[in-house]
Amino acid sequence: MTDAALDVGVMVNGAPVRRRVEPRRSLVDFLREDLELSGSHVGCEHGVCGACTVRVDGALVRGCLMLAVQADGCRVETIEGLAATGEILDLQQAFAELNALQCGFCTPAMLLTAQEALRRDPGADRARIRQALSGNYCRCTGYHAIVEAVHRVARARAGEPP
Amino acid sequence: MDAMKPAPFTYHRPGSLSEVFDLLDHHGGDARILAGGQSLVPALNMRLATPTAVIDINRIPGLDGIRLTTEGLHLGALARQDDVERSPLVREHAPLLAQALPNVGHVAIRTRGTIGGSVALGDPAAELPACLVALGATVRATSRRGARAIPAGEFFRGIYTTALAPDEVLTEVVVPRPGPDARAAFDELARRQGDFALVALAAACRLSDGVMLEPRLVFAGVAGTPVRATRAEAALAGRRPEAPVLEEAARAVAGDLDPPSDVQASGPLRRHLAAVLLRRVAARLGTGS
Ligand SMILES: Cc1cc2nc3c(=O)[nH]c(=O)nc-3n(C[C@H](O)[C@H](O)[C@H](O)COP(=O)(O)OP(=O)(O)OC[C@H]3O[C@@H](n4cnc5c(N)ncnc54)[C@H](O)[C@@H]3O)c2cc1C
Ligand code: FES
Ligand code: FES
Repeated sequence: MTDAALDVGVMVNGAPVRRRVEPRRSLVDFLREDLELSGSHVGCEHGVCGACTVRVDGALVRGCLMLAVQADGCRVETIEGLAATGEILDLQQAFAELNALQCGFCTPAMLLTAQEALRRDPGADRARIRQALSGNYCRCTGYHAIVEAVHRVARARAGEPP
Repeated sequence: MDAMKPAPFTYHRPGSLSEVFDLLDHHGGDARILAGGQSLVPALNMRLATPTAVIDINRIPGLDGIRLTTEGLHLGALARQDDVERSPLVREHAPLLAQALPNVGHVAIRTRGTIGGSVALGDPAAELPACLVALGATVRATSRRGARAIPAGEFFRGIYTTALAPDEVLTEVVVPRPGPDARAAFDELARRQGDFALVALAAACRLSDGVMLEPRLVFAGVAGTPVRATRAEAALAGRRPEAPVLEEAARAVAGDLDPPSDVQASGPLRRHLAAVLLRRVAARLGTGS
């Protein structure tokens, strides 16, 4: 048996979790299947679509390109955690109001990526927002409404009128 | 539901290089080193790679530094691409890398992806290898047999093929300190932001009274390895980056490159794009940005 499970301890959305995990299990499958946190989605499984994006020790990462065993001892934050703390409430509201989601498949990762984009570049204009979101695919909206929603939040956070 | 896709492997998390050497000895060619995982894990997920052992080097201390010595700027193998891009030391002493790195995938790729991983992989369209060749950098590798330094210009041997031996670990890359007259510029053409480049160009030279000295023009995406455009370099050497000179160099570059055709772009299109990039990038050598 070459695939022996290992003991993994992770802080997920502020709560400690300990599980036996097979080395070949990706972080996003661990979150979805073992912890039943299904807000992080799985699209391409090779880093291209962005649907699996989560935060590990504060850094935005692809959940499909990190093994769950690599997160041992790390802090993992998912859309469930960000939604619960209210950190992205304004983004969520803007997405809803401006129809920046249809099926919602891309939305959790889009919100995490938008949050990181605005953290790094609070004054981002539409072009820079578009560039920052270019690693996240949306098959429904055509992106326009998403860029508008993120831009509205950027302005609101800067205290500018919408 | 079984969501496992990679073939089974054992996972090892050594705490030192000597443990890595033991593991490489023990597993032979069936082991793979895992750094940022941004190229290896996709290959595992698609079962293009089916190692029996994965050696995760992420927790080995001392491999992720970014520091300046009299020798130059040292980038540890585990330095994340995102940290290198934003490092003030890199912006000051290797601005070419800070210019090029935003083109490598996306933020969520670069937070994990490492300098060593990109160099060890040797992807023909990768930005970093071309930059390191343009800057005259050195690649350092260590094995049980000892440490050695390999000039970047001799490191890349073919598509996904490098000078690294199977028992070696890439430990750092050293970029020589630029003189006050050093200039460098980078640009690429890709289908979308974050995609691998169709053609990329990393350029460096010294600029003395507006004249380009020792120009180095290194293209990615046009062959199995980064390619120096020596005819175009000769057309620039000792001259000012003015329109007629750039035109001459752009014509010369056609003789330097014989790019392949693939689903992304035809060879003739790549050669055309190389000339477009050359005009843009060489013009910037004169302005210092
Ligand atoms: C969606 C997407 C887009 C991307 N776009 C680009 C792009 O535009 N340009 C680009 O250049 N790259 C791109 N990449 C690849 C990315 O830059 C990878 O991070 C990089 O190619 C490999 O670095 P890594 O640290 O992730 O290495 P890993 O994936 O961990 O390893 C890659 C290979 O190198 C070996 N290796 C790693 N470190 C060492 C070491 N220290 N010593 C010896 N061997 C080692 C591994 O065994 C493996 O064979 C993209 C990746 C994705 C998923
Ligand atoms: S599922 Fe991870 S990027 Fe597509
Ligand atoms: S809303 Fe359907 S994929 Fe984006």
